[in-house]
Amino acid sequence: MDWMAWTWPTAAFFATIAALLVVFTVLAIRFPETPRMGVLRIETTRGDRLFITLLGSAFINLAWLGLVGQAQPAALIVCLIYAGAVFRWV
Amino acid sequence: MTDATVSSPAPTRARSFPKVNSRAVVMAIYLIFLLLPIYWLVNMSLKTNNEILGSFTLWPRDLTFANYVTILTDPAWYMGYVNTLIYVVMNTVISLSVALPAAYAFSRYHFMGDKHLFFWLLTNRMAPPAVFALPFFQLYSSVGLFDTHIAVALAHCLFNVPLAVWILEGFMRGVPKEIDETAYIDGYSFGGFFVKIFMPLISSGIGVAAFFCFMFSWVELLLSRTLTTVNAKPIAATMTRTVGAAGVDWGVLAAAGVLTIVPGALVIYFVRNYIAKGFALGRV
Amino acid sequence: MNKTVNHKAWFLVLPVLVLVAFSAVIPLMTVVNYSVQDTFGNNQFFWAGLEWFEEMLHDDRMWNALQRQLMFSGIILAIEVPLGIFVALNMPKSGLWASFCLVLMSLPLLIPWNVVGTIWQVFGRVDIGLLGHTLEALGIDYNYTQNTVAAWITIVVMDVWHWTSLVALLAYAGLKSIPDAYYQAAKIDQASRWKVFRYIELPKMAGVLMIAILLRFMDSFMIYTEPFVVTGGGPGNATTLLSIDLVKMALGQFDLGPAAAFSIMYFLVILLISWVFYTIMTNLDKKGM
Repeated sequence: MDWMAWTWPTAAFFATIAALLVVFTVLAIRFPETPRMGVLRIETTRGDRLFITLLGSAFINLAWLGLVGQAQPAALIVCLIYAGAVFRWV
Repeated sequence: MTDATVSSPAPTRARSFPKVNSRAVVMAIYLIFLLLPIYWLVNMSLKTNNEILGSFTLWPRDLTFANYVTILTDPAWYMGYVNTLIYVVMNTVISLSVALPAAYAFSRYHFMGDKHLFFWLLTNRMAPPAVFALPFFQLYSSVGLFDTHIAVALAHCLFNVPLAVWILEGFMRGVPKEIDETAYIDGYSFGGFFVKIFMPLISSGIGVAAFFCFMFSWVELLLSRTLTTVNAKPIAATMTRTVGAAGVDWGVLAAAGVLTIVPGALVIYFVRNYIAKGFALGRV
Repeated sequence: MNKTVNHKAWFLVLPVLVLVAFSAVIPLMTVVNYSVQDTFGNNQFFWAGLEWFEEMLHDDRMWNALQRQLMFSGIILAIEVPLGIFVALNMPKSGLWASFCLVLMSLPLLIPWNVVGTIWQVFGRVDIGLLGHTLEALGIDYNYTQNTVAAWITIVVMDVWHWTSLVALLAYAGLKSIPDAYYQAAKIDQASRWKVFRYIELPKMAGVLMIAILLRFMDSFMIYTEPFVVTGGGPGNATTLLSIDLVKMALGQFDLGPAAAFSIMYFLVILLISWVFYTIMTNLDKKGM
């Protein structure tokens, strides 16, 4: 596994994503997903909204990095607001 | 406006003469545009290098098959074809055997995360090989599979497995579900039903999926070139490495190109009605 | 088709999952790992944080490649889609002549990509190619290895040659699904040819055309082999599209960190487009098109 060059931060990053997936799977088993129509005029389930959130967060972080500079905690706050918006309205 | 110019394109209608002509002319021009470059390649492969470089001729004055003979007798060339064939066939077999049950599951059942899984497969079909070239190189070097056929075959699974799943799912959803249910009532096990009843029903789908797996693995250059050096070097890499060196052997290069086109051209007639469907991942 | 809920279907999907995880997830994780580190070879890595991302985002190199890429994708879509529709409208509907056209039109689609490159590389050469030679004889300065405009024209024409048939075949499939009655009604209403196209043919083709546009956009967005064989990204960097640039960086210079950061951003864009593609496809399915 040497060639994969693992580091603690990246391992933590993937662990977080894996944990999110597990949490949403458990949620989906406990409370079955019902698709709904949101502001994007497409049907989304909880899992879809998670995907939109994660992908959007990646772009927010990149934009922050390019425009503001290395201040990711601040970008993460923006991401959380974005996540809230996605889960509420999309 | 008069009817002559307004006449509809419906086939059953009696078509006015000039109309037929304009359609035929458009098609003829388009087909010539498509065929001319291919003709030029074939033309060059049948010339000697002297004729290619020395004089500009529209057809071979001095017809020769020496270029083809070179390729079929020189191991440096024909081993390229052998290597390519080996990993392409391996890849097609692997892709189809894992994709068949998966496509069945996607076409027949709802299960936890099915849509997300199906989407995830699509992203792999769409992912640029350039992104994967470097990690693949590291991965297969570290497990000692570098420069082997199986490494390329597995690497091509990245886009061919999703492709096969999507195409097969497209064909399978056209098969009514009642057939499955009747078979189970008749006492077939899942395996027996799948092999004896279901697979013959979607045989054209399997053929198309196999064809496209073969095709995409056959045409892929970047990963196969990155993962091989000598023992499993594909024909595409042999061809691109010849280019750029001073004094390219144009005749042999053209002949190699023609021979690489042959497998696709041979089956083209049989798949002609499914080509759009295959490229569109079974969605048309 | 109404599907039944059956979570055991997971076992049928498992082999695909394992295989694709091996060939997609592990490499992607590796790319993420590389993107935050620096290396001097020998598998010795040093933490670099988000430096590479910041560097790439402020580096003109990636933006220029992206700009060229978008220009390329835009140009080929603007040519291939209308041309494909036009060809499809002129294709014969049935009979031997239709089969003949189908077979010949499919031919470029099935030619290995590197050979497509070779064909145009040869065809466009001034000394031995029909196209280059003819243009030269007409007094046009055309040398795709030195002239930027000529290089661009060559790769665009090559892509049009290679893929227009796909758009045409998809549009043709859409056209064939239009019942004759529609045309007869249009005839009774004395609709003009344009109106027949605008109100009957185009709406019926909309679904397949959407697929065609998205497919062509995706595939042109990751194009590598054909322009690489023809121009090698040159002259200079004039035809260095995203994939070509990435390969140069990753395998040519072996700059693991920056190349990995580049890869991730590239992949994110692809992910976004794939998602749009998938959403549109499933919505079309629901409408039954």
